[in-house]
This record gives sequence, C-alpha cells and structure tokens, in this order.
Amino acid sequence: MQLINSTKSAKADRQLKPANKNLKALLSTATCALLGSQAVQAENVKEDAWQFDTALMYYGETDRVTATEAIFAAKKNFKNDQQVNLKLTIDALTGASANGAIAQPTVETYTRPSGKGQYDVAANETPLDDTFKDTRVQFTGQWTQPLAENYTLSAGGNLSKEYDYLSLSVNANLARDFNKKNTTVSAGFAFSQDTITPEGGIPDGLSTVVNQILNPDDACTNKCTNDDNKTIVDLLFGVTQVINKRMITQFNYSYSQADGYITDPFKMVSLVNERGITQSNIYENRPGSRAKHAFYGQVKYHFDNSVVDASYRYMTDDWEIDSHTVDTRLRYFLADGSYLEPHFRYYTQTAAQFYQTYLMAEQAIPEFVSADYRIGEMDAYTVGLKYGFKMNQGNDVALRLEYYKQTPKSSGQEAFGDLQGIDLFEELDAIILQVSYSF
Amino acid sequence: MLINFGVKGSLKPMLLLVAVSILSACSSLGVEPWERELLAKDAMALTSSPIDAALDDHIYFSKEATSGGRSFGGGGCGCN
Repeated sequence: MQLINSTKSAKADRQLKPANKNLKALLSTATCALLGSQAVQAENVKEDAWQFDTALMYYGETDRVTATEAIFAAKKNFKNDQQVNLKLTIDALTGASANGAIAQPTVETYTRPSGKGQYDVAANETPLDDTFKDTRVQFTGQWTQPLAENYTLSAGGNLSKEYDYLSLSVNANLARDFNKKNTTVSAGFAFSQDTITPEGGIPDGLSTVVNQILNPDDACTNKCTNDDNKTIVDLLFGVTQVINKRMITQFNYSYSQADGYITDPFKMVSLVNERGITQSNIYENRPGSRAKHAFYGQVKYHFDNSVVDASYRYMTDDWEIDSHTVDTRLRYFLADGSYLEPHFRYYTQTAAQFYQTYLMAEQAIPEFVSADYRIGEMDAYTVGLKYGFKMNQGNDVALRLEYYKQTPKSSGQEAFGDLQGIDLFEELDAIILQVSYSF
Repeated sequence: MLINFGVKGSLKPMLLLVAVSILSACSSLGVEPWERELLAKDAMALTSSPIDAALDDHIYFSKEATSGGRSFGGGGCGCN
C-alpha cells in the first residue's frame, strides 16, 4: 500500500500545477544563475529537477531567549550520480541569557558587555543579561559524486556570519561500499576557523568585571583585545550496515579537537563571602583546547505501518564532561499517505572539571573556571510530535511541535548562608514550533 | 586494561579473528538489490529529515556541552 502511495505521489510530482511549476522554474533558473551552470544543465537533459526544502522554526524559552530560524535548501541530482546541495540559513535571536553570576537576596546591577549601559536583576533571580541579540546568516554547499567503482566522495564548505562572529569551514568525506552495497565504510575530515569580535572587546580571563558604564575615550583596562580565534578539526569514521529488508544500522566514531579561544567572553563567575554575598565578579577562563570523542549508534526498522528510528550517543572529553543522548522517533503512516511522528530525546551530562557555581572570595582563584551552566551537570529531555502530509500537487508539508526542558544540577555546591531558599539551578523550558515545505 | 596493544603479542591474532568474524558476519547480512523496496523509502534514510536535524543540531549545540556524533560537530556559531 505504501509503495502504491509513493508511486502515486511520484506521479503527482511530475504533474505539478502550472503556478507551482513556474515558481520552481524561476527558483531553478535563479539557482543555476548563481552557480553559473545553465550551459551545463542544457546539455544534461536526463538530470532530475531541482528539489527545494524550506522550513521556518520558532524557538521560545520561558522568560529568556526567543529565536526564529529560516532554512532554504536546494538539491539537484546530475547525471552519473553527482549531487549538489546548497543551503541558506537565517536566524534572529533575542532575549536574555544567564551571565554566569550567582543569584543574590538583593537587587544587583550589572554592566552590559559593551560597557554602554546597565541592567538590574531582581532579588533571588538568576542574573540574565537582557541584551542578548544577534542575527546570523549561514551558507552551506556540498558536492557529492562517485569517485571510482564503489567509492563516493563528498566535499563542502560552510560560511556563517553573525554581528560578532565569523565561522568558515571545509569538509570532505570518502565512502566505500562493500557486499552489494550492504556495508558502507566512510572516513571524513572537517576543519573550521572561527573568529569572535565581541562588542566591548574580549576580557582578560579571571580579571575583575568592571561594573560601571565606560566612556569610549577611556583607555581600556582589562578588555584590550578586539578579537580572537579558534580552530576545530573533526574526524569522523562510520560504518553503515543493512541487516535485512527492514533494518539498517549505523555506527560512528568521531574525534573533535578545538584549539584557541574557547572561553565565553560574556560569562562571569561570582566570588562570594561566607554568607554567600557576592564580593565581586570575575570573567570566566577556560582551557585553550578541548578534545572530544563521540560514539554514535543508530538503528532504523521498518514495521508494516511504521518506522522506528533510535539512536544513542556517548561523548567524553578532556574537560571531564561525559554525556549520554538517547533519541527516538516513531513514524506512523496513516491511511491517507500522511504520517504522525512522536519524538522523545533524553540527554544527560556531567560537569566540566573546572565548572564552579561560585567561588569563595577568600580562596585562591583557580587557573580555569566557568560558571556557565551549559558545561555544568545537567539533564534534559525533549518530547515532540510531527505531522507530515502531501498537498494536492504532491509537495510535502510537515508541522512539528516540541517541548524541551533542561534541569541543571548541583555538582556539590549548594545554596548556603543568605542564599538559602534561592534556586541556584533554575530549570529552563522551551517550545519549538516548525513548519516545513518541500517542492 | 583489557586491551593492551603494545605488550601482549598474543592479542594480535585474537583481534584479527574478531575483525575477520565481524567482516564475515557483515557479508552474511544484507539484502539483494531487488529486496530494497522498504530500505529505499525516504523514511528509511538514516537522516530522513535533514532540515529538522540541522535545526535540532543548532539548538542543542547552543544549549548543551555536546555536539556531533551523527555527523561533524564543528563550530558554526558563536552560540556556545
């Protein structure tokens, strides 16, 4: 039945309504013009048409960050199994994000990272910097083609630009099929070069946060660096194995090495006295390198009316963070060709060795310290539901609604003294809403 | 340490045996080309919704300490 449905939809795909066809033709021409490949296309009459995948996502945290992200992706199969993938991503972030300082029983005033203004944080509330705002534009291109009998090569590049951040990366992957293409072994490499140029400069790690509005004419004190870089090298080795007519599995090992400025220039750590009252705040300081190992396993199984997709990932790094991720989806096909897909994800991580919720003022400051809850001990889960269907023209539409909850945890440090009763490990709730359209 | 590559030479043939048995097990797995009807469906692709995966990767990259595994972890944004 499913096969009949998909055959029908394939037919429908070829019988696009004129208006839709025009749009597709227009976009195809525009994409070809961008690639300068019109002449090539004219010769290759047997090629598939361009396929477009678009999505609009809203991400909203309670009282914190909201983000809107749009993706526009184009894909085309050429003759000889060559394929090109292009993707444009635009997102806008706004809202408040934790600055790392500890909640206090009194109102506290903080200076914005730019040094241009201040904000107040209410008593007993987690200090949030409410000036978090950014727009990002990302462009990704990937080319895939057979290299020789049973070998496939894929290479690509990526450019991502924010107001204060630039990331450039290249990647390549070689895959070899064995055993009637039932086993595929692959090896990949990616290199990324990132530059951060925060407004107000990069603070010296561990230096005291200057809590006053700065005059642009003043000489810099502890934020005299304008920008800094980091590089990331990723290696990825994978095996894909078809088990039987209904089942396919994948296993990946990946190694990731980051070097350079990995510290967050906007995050601070509070120095508190024996009653828990903040004496001063210092800028966080992370090591200049991080090496991660990840082991990833996935299995997909096709039941008569549904597909189960389950994966598990274990990550361990030299910051002593260990994490486990379980991700499961069940795509249940409905009689009319549409589907419902419930989703459940569970994530847990241990804290980085240098994570501290706060520091005691009378103690020596360690070489590396961060109070960023994102590298502290934490559990998180996501539950979601996706509904996908075909429109009359055969184009795919999907709606997705998800709920994400993070529960940061203490890794030994609790509220004490005047902090008793204050929630130092505030939970975070977010809603994800997404509409996708493919044509 | 269960596996010590340097010291115990007797481990080498054992590792070889394991590797060979895995490979031979793999070659007995799988399907003929004409049995790929279900496997060829979009829903059975390892990443059946690449757009969803990209959006999710971005969210979790910026909110958690882990990225990658399924594919490259990389950088890409100043969100972490």
